[in-house]
Amino acid sequence: MLSGVLEGDFGCSTKFKVKVWTKLGPSLLATGLLMFWVMLTMVPVALVVGIVSGMREGSKLDRVLSILSIATTSTPEYVSGVVLTIIFATWLHWLNGSAASATGDHITFYNFTLPVLTPAIYGMGYVARMTRASMIEVMNAQYIRTARLKGLSFTGVVLKHALRNALIAPFTVIMLLFPWLLTGVVIVEVMFRYQGFGLALVDAAGNNDIDLLLSCSLVSVTLVLATQLISDIGYAYLNPRIRVQ
Amino acid sequence: MDFLSPSAIFVRVLYQLLPVWVSLAILLGLSFRFRRKLGLYGHVIRTGPGLAGVLLLGFWLFAAIFAKWISPFDPLGQIPDMKDALPGAIEPGSGLPYLFGGDKLARDVFSRVIAGSRIVLVIAPLATALALAVGISLGLPAGYLGRRVDAALSFLANLVLAFPIILLFYLLVSPGILETPIPYVLAGIFFLFPIVLLSIAFYSGYKTQPKKLALRLGLTALAGAWLMATFVFDADPFGIIRVSPSTLNIFIAVALASGPGIFRIVRGLTLDIKTREYVLAAQTRGESPWYIMLWEVLPNARGPLIVDSCLRIGYTTILLGALGYFGLGMPPESPDWGTAIKESSKFIRLFVHPALPPALAMMSFVLGLNLLADALREQSLRD
Repeated sequence: MLSGVLEGDFGCSTKFKVKVWTKLGPSLLATGLLMFWVMLTMVPVALVVGIVSGMREGSKLDRVLSILSIATTSTPEYVSGVVLTIIFATWLHWLNGSAASATGDHITFYNFTLPVLTPAIYGMGYVARMTRASMIEVMNAQYIRTARLKGLSFTGVVLKHALRNALIAPFTVIMLLFPWLLTGVVIVEVMFRYQGFGLALVDAAGNNDIDLLLSCSLVSVTLVLATQLISDIGYAYLNPRIRVQ
Repeated sequence: MDFLSPSAIFVRVLYQLLPVWVSLAILLGLSFRFRRKLGLYGHVIRTGPGLAGVLLLGFWLFAAIFAKWISPFDPLGQIPDMKDALPGAIEPGSGLPYLFGGDKLARDVFSRVIAGSRIVLVIAPLATALALAVGISLGLPAGYLGRRVDAALSFLANLVLAFPIILLFYLLVSPGILETPIPYVLAGIFFLFPIVLLSIAFYSGYKTQPKKLALRLGLTALAGAWLMATFVFDADPFGIIRVSPSTLNIFIAVALASGPGIFRIVRGLTLDIKTREYVLAAQTRGESPWYIMLWEVLPNARGPLIVDSCLRIGYTTILLGALGYFGLGMPPESPDWGTAIKESSKFIRLFVHPALPPALAMMSFVLGLNLLADALREQSLRD
């Protein structure tokens, strides 16, 4: 199988009766789309929450936001998925509890919101906590005090001086979130029957489909290593102090 | 079929949980009475989040301890009339209500959630302890000895971290691997870590006192033999604990998932602590490296490690639930929360009541751990 991979041949899936790549390609695209939307929902909200609560450590707003962040990190996907489905699909009928119809061009707000929201909620608290810690560290730094003393307004200091430095640490955290997101995506895809990488992986494992399973492993390990590399390079780019000589 | 009204259900639930309330009241009373003597814990329970964390954890701890008295029905028992019964339905045979209703297989949801807390509260801390032993035994030498040891062990940790844990677990339970001895070999290696760690600690610490050393090594060997026999070979000499291969897989999965993370933290702490004066003093005295690692460095790294363990037990609980959700952990009739969520979420559009209680139980337990960890960190930073 290994020599085949080097030639671009991943073998055949015994479960789906097609070439592995014919199955895996579209699934990866679908999962990529899901991950993209998860990141797009999660990261801005988490950064704003983290910055606002880290801006004034110990304030009422900070306490409330911190408790909320801790609560979301305590809610794994299979819990929030169940609770959200009950509220929005079973009781209110606002959203669809299944994303089986969300393939290709058929993605709508109705069938795609719950699969995106579920992992986003779990990750949001974690990123927000990291951003908060980083922001607190920056706000206590000498140059922030200097900027305040020379008469800049509080918002000016936060926006011009603190923000850029406070966002270095969360960047690494977000990049390292990918391997974790992969597990979350598997749960969400199984829960909402979304035809992506995770569902392919579970089907492969459940049906002893060795070629597909090995290809899935290869893809996910490559993805994880790639994000780690990007995180290291990006960190050096953002933080001149550790730039390699 | 007769039903209780919602308010009657509420009162009845409070009544069933009476042993928990009494124990919680005693715990809180004692904690506040002696809070000045309790050190960090005494400080933590005076903060809002800390108190909330202790209350949530205490609730589940006592629920697990008194599970037999709290649950009115057998968590595995099926009473055919009660299939998909709504909350508050009264079971005609005994006249007792199914407080949270019945599930697809006509079992009492309330009793199952309480029984599930027993499984979760035993496995999650034990599995985390195993991962902690692995992480400490590898992290200390990596940080203290450095160089090639560090390079090799860090490479190994990164290798394991790069592998998504869910994939690892699917590989572990796939039939092709279950037939081979790989799971048992892995488990054997992992359970060796705490035994070896303890033995080295006692040997380096009591080298000059042969009598004390012999006693401690003997006890370690006995405990180690029991651990190996019970967990790895499923042959508890006392016949009390049964560890099925699927439970063993959970321990392996947690050690693989959490081990590298703990390794990194211990390594970082060791790198920091080994430059302190008391370590230099020990080196000047001519102490052996293992003595310094286990009796000088490790005790001084305990603060951050306690906070991290608190968070890790939460992660382990979540992982346990995720494995249950995929049907990989416990057997399908097991009342643990992950399996219960999986079984009930299939029919969530028809019946809501069997899914909600285990989901909220899982969330509140992890929330308690996270709140406590946060309060501990805040307090230890303040000192």
